Amino acid sequence: MNIHEYQAKQLFGRFNIATPKGAPAETPEEAERIAAGFNTSKLVVKAQIHAGGRGKGTFDTGFKGGVKLCSTPAEARELAEKMLGHTLVTHQTGPAGKTVRKVLVAESVDIAREVYFAILMDRSTGSPVVVASTEGGVEIEKVAEEHPDKIIRELVHPLLGFQPFQALKLARQLDFKRDQLKAASKLFCNVFKLFVSLDCSLVEINPLVVTPEGVVYALDAKFNFDDNALYRHKDILEMRDIQEEDPREVEASRFGLNYIGLEGDIACLVNGAGLAMATMDIIKYAGGEPANFLDVGGGASEEQVTEAFKILVADKNVKAILVNIFGGIMRCDVIAQGIINAVKAVSLPVPLVVRLEGTNVDLGKKLLQDSRLPIQAATDLSEAAKLVVAAAKKV
Amino acid sequence: MSILVDSNTRLLVQGITGSSGAFHARGCMEYGTNVVAGVTPGKGGQLFDGKVPVFDTVYEARQQTGCNATMIFVPAPFAGDAILEAVDAGVELVVCITEGIPVMDMMRVKTALTGKKSRLIGPNCPGIITPGQCKIGIMPGYIHKPGKIGVISRSGTLTYEAVWQLTQRGFGQSTCIGIGGDPINGTSHLDAVKLFSEDPGTKALIIIGEIGGTAEEEAAVWIKGHYDKPVAAFIAGATAPPGRRMGHAGAIVSGGKGTAAGKMEALREAGIAIADTPATMGETLIKNLRH
Repeated sequence: MNIHEYQAKQLFGRFNIATPKGAPAETPEEAERIAAGFNTSKLVVKAQIHAGGRGKGTFDTGFKGGVKLCSTPAEARELAEKMLGHTLVTHQTGPAGKTVRKVLVAESVDIAREVYFAILMDRSTGSPVVVASTEGGVEIEKVAEEHPDKIIRELVHPLLGFQPFQALKLARQLDFKRDQLKAASKLFCNVFKLFVSLDCSLVEINPLVVTPEGVVYALDAKFNFDDNALYRHKDILEMRDIQEEDPREVEASRFGLNYIGLEGDIACLVNGAGLAMATMDIIKYAGGEPANFLDVGGGASEEQVTEAFKILVADKNVKAILVNIFGGIMRCDVIAQGIINAVKAVSLPVPLVVRLEGTNVDLGKKLLQDSRLPIQAATDLSEAAKLVVAAAKKV
Repeated sequence: MSILVDSNTRLLVQGITGSSGAFHARGCMEYGTNVVAGVTPGKGGQLFDGKVPVFDTVYEARQQTGCNATMIFVPAPFAGDAILEAVDAGVELVVCITEGIPVMDMMRVKTALTGKKSRLIGPNCPGIITPGQCKIGIMPGYIHKPGKIGVISRSGTLTYEAVWQLTQRGFGQSTCIGIGGDPINGTSHLDAVKLFSEDPGTKALIIIGEIGGTAEEEAAVWIKGHYDKPVAAFIAGATAPPGRRMGHAGAIVSGGKGTAAGKMEALREAGIAIADTPATMGETLIKNLRH
């Protein structure tokens, strides 16, 4: 789950992590009011969408830039007017862009120095790890590639947590001095508190800045939350902005389906995450491009299968569908009935290849046959992949 | 021969009166697993299906039945505690099927396991089976056949796929172990490979991995130096979009590892035969057996 920049700022506030003052506005008037409250001539107005590259983005009106500096509340109001309700296209949004529904109005700060600071869960050690670098403000992947020696790693004990001495050590490695040293260490400790308290899998602050006056601020942040733990963070769940998500994924999550939309034209419906990934792989191996990842899970109901199928059929890019089921807990007859119900409800606009194996496979195959629907049956996985790729190419 | 479970296994089921716990406890019993006890707090004293005694705590179940393995079907918010309870009671093998346990919970549980004699398999796994002897988990029993090939996998249905390919070609399995798909788990690929290497009854291995982490690479390095029987592998997720499962900085920490291509390279380097597609996992190993 992703959150907006203004929401990240709210979380920083809750954990005493220093960040420039700012608040979200939904109308130009609100933007002006917020700006007036800061009593400064250094302001910034930032479009709030779940995508990077906002500064270099372009609005549908031709207005350039989703991040703009200004010096008066009246200017903040004007900028907000040009952003709110308009569509912003950046290199991460795709050509359709995203509608800006909120802007963040904040104090802008001068920057003397930028560093990188992140905490994430390290799988191989089963503990949190802090990753930092003096090279802030740029993509960390680039730093890792060009200057691997400039990446600092500090492992955190799973039960003891992040210790003050570790914060100090990191602050020194990042070249903080005198008064900044304490401020930076305190900020690091508070970020770790936030990381654990909110069940994050990643908190990335890039950049963490030092102003010419020597004040240390977390300027921009990216959060990833552990989906498994969201049940105990109702406040974080409330930050979810469904309008920012792929509508296909939102629809799927309503029915408890694990769906990720992709760019290809062959849809697949599979039980189990590993087999779903492997099915995408074999489609590609056979010369096709998967349109999605869809795991209906181990114990899906007939209704879930029907809904899953509807989501696949609704995707206009899809030219063929592959259903690949290895029934363990999942019974093949349940899958078959779900497909039949779905096809009857929405009709079948594209070729359908079905490969069933496992529990109640004969019953499932018979149901499909008796339905007289135009379904191509495959006996194994590689035949299924070949059939579906051939079908998609014919369309 | 086999690893970890066989006809001497005495199984406890934690969460035996819940709907999936009950369903799969029955599935294991039908397969022939010796289910000796169940645990559901507050239901101690009852009999499950008229024959399996239910206890309030794992401690009591262990004391009174001598169970040496447990299968956990406790809901995710309470599953970490259920694992710790089984470890505290001294149960040797803890198989946690539960999906969706918070990573922070597993981080603490895993740390608490250090130095204990219990082994954890999972969580979020299909379980472990020694064909013809003992099934602990949710896999369909009939696709398996007793034999000499060990199977190690992070995924459920993809494991069934590999097992079925072997069985259809007449090759049975010594033990099949699903280590689970979560980022932090009790038994790694490497742990499982080491266990199989000590089993004279296992003559070859299939390893099924997927993108993320470095567990497959670590197993590969060990295999290169210590294991000379045939091994075949498949890595799922070559076409998965980057960044959807791993965070931004994840790629840094693993130093470019974690991709399907990187894992296949590491496995190949160790002399392991790589299946190009999930349809050829069984065939890839069998070809290697003949050489």
